Amino acid sequence: MARVRRRVFVLVWAVCVGALAFVWLFPLLWAFATSLRPPGQLGSQIASLWVHHPTLGNFREAWSDAPFLRLYYNTAVVVFGILAVQLVTITLAAYAFARREFWGRDVLFRLFLLQLMVAPSALILPNFVTLRTLGLLNTRLGIMIPYFASALGMFLLRQAFRSVPRDLEDAAAIDGCNSLQTIWNVFVPLARPTLVAFSIVSIVYHYNEFLWPLIITDTERARTVTVGLASFTQSAESGAQWNLIAGGTVIVILPLLVVFVLFQRRFVESFMFSGLKG
Amino acid sequence: MVRAAGRGGSALLRPGHIGSYLFLLPSFVFLATFTYYPILSSLELSLYRSSAAVRHPVFVGLGNYAALGADPIFRQVLVNSAEFLVGTVPVTVALALAFALLLNRPHLLTTPFRTAFFYPALLPLVGAAAIWLFVYTPGYGLLDVYLRRISGGVNWLGSPSLALPAVMILTIWKNAGYYMLFYLAGLQTIPAELYEAGRIEGASGWRQFQSITFPLLGPTTLFVLLIASINAFQSVDHIWLMTGGGPDNATNLLLFYVYQVAFMFFDLGKAAALTVFLLAVLMTIATASFGLLERRIHYEV
Repeated sequence: MARVRRRVFVLVWAVCVGALAFVWLFPLLWAFATSLRPPGQLGSQIASLWVHHPTLGNFREAWSDAPFLRLYYNTAVVVFGILAVQLVTITLAAYAFARREFWGRDVLFRLFLLQLMVAPSALILPNFVTLRTLGLLNTRLGIMIPYFASALGMFLLRQAFRSVPRDLEDAAAIDGCNSLQTIWNVFVPLARPTLVAFSIVSIVYHYNEFLWPLIITDTERARTVTVGLASFTQSAESGAQWNLIAGGTVIVILPLLVVFVLFQRRFVESFMFSGLKG
Repeated sequence: MVRAAGRGGSALLRPGHIGSYLFLLPSFVFLATFTYYPILSSLELSLYRSSAAVRHPVFVGLGNYAALGADPIFRQVLVNSAEFLVGTVPVTVALALAFALLLNRPHLLTTPFRTAFFYPALLPLVGAAAIWLFVYTPGYGLLDVYLRRISGGVNWLGSPSLALPAVMILTIWKNAGYYMLFYLAGLQTIPAELYEAGRIEGASGWRQFQSITFPLLGPTTLFVLLIASINAFQSVDHIWLMTGGGPDNATNLLLFYVYQVAFMFFDLGKAAALTVFLLAVLMTIATASFGLLERRIHYEV
């Protein structure tokens, strides 16, 4: 009897949560379906998930309407450029905060954490003025540079470094390692899970970033995919070309979704982790 | 720490200490240029009249702030931002908790369900907005086609009273699964014995939630409330694409107004005053919740 009740309970659970999950998935499923829909199908047909005679024509047209190759390239340079510099800056800062004693350490630590509350997105105006002075408007470096330091990354890494056993550090010193060599040979390998988690969060955040690259760029030269998609969508929306919009959107969201599906556990753990300690 | 303080100022000059500062230097240079300096320069810029029309900025004291006080759009923006905050944060957090409770069991379907709720967090906000533009399209959009009988065919984004709720729904959809992760992590830290004890005492499911689950998730809830609130003031990408702040400023939020005033109206002094206001809001939220969070965590430990 109890077992039957349990079975029924699980079934009800699966159906209810499944229905909710379906609602959550619907916009994405619709975007995929519509990106494959030939342009002729209009009216309420557009809203359906079923596609008669699927085609890749929308992707071809979207691809030729907006310079996606250029946009992808810019986004890739921006995302990996930011990450590369961040990994250096946060490793050095995290080591100092985790292992060194120096005058003003706590004050400086708090000053670093200020960036968690005041993300660069709130400072678009003054940072724009700075970049104009530096002559970095319309450059990929201009998009990247406000993010080269990361309080979140420094904070996560400091936690990881603090749990590195002192003995290992001393052993490295006895072997003749200087501080930089110790960081590289002892701390970095032991903090790899944290570095990977932070990298995933950083990549997702900067791939998706929109307002800042929009403000910094007014030509295609340095534009990223999100900015390209937004202007593409605006022009296609006026013609109600939903197949094209869906095609463009899928082109932009697919890379991250594919990587997510491939490394699902890593992604979920990274996001959980960054929040837990942040 | 204590030792270092005891040695006083001369400790600063020891070689090891200078080394420590060198480690911080790269981060500090970028933080100083793009976080500390802009906070100060916003304060300064907000005291000047500076726009496309004025060649040299003119000192106007608190003039820009006075102008904000008299600006009816600013007042509307404040009301919108408050509505957006109150309308999205509690609902998103409650949904996140509900999802986590529903999906905190081993089952074949648990992972796919979690994925279904989480994936919107990985989409760019403008990409999500591009999709949701269609959801809200009058006539043949998803809502109109599937819910016409309930909603009666309305122009969501074109109506001053419905546009903000429409944008809020998208925000809730996008973030609930992300915050769910924090609750799932929080649930793992609750010892199973507590529920065991609860069951022996004959506590019902709801009672267990009330007196075990929810209180022990307190730090998680505070943390999620903090990021959700800060987020509510820092993301406006969807506004840019879906409504442009309209109709009639019905969806104009604080950061979007900063963007508008600075980069569309080129009134830099006023935009700087708005930035200062935004910073004050963010700092208030952060200080309030950090204080709470710290006290709470000490209490837990």
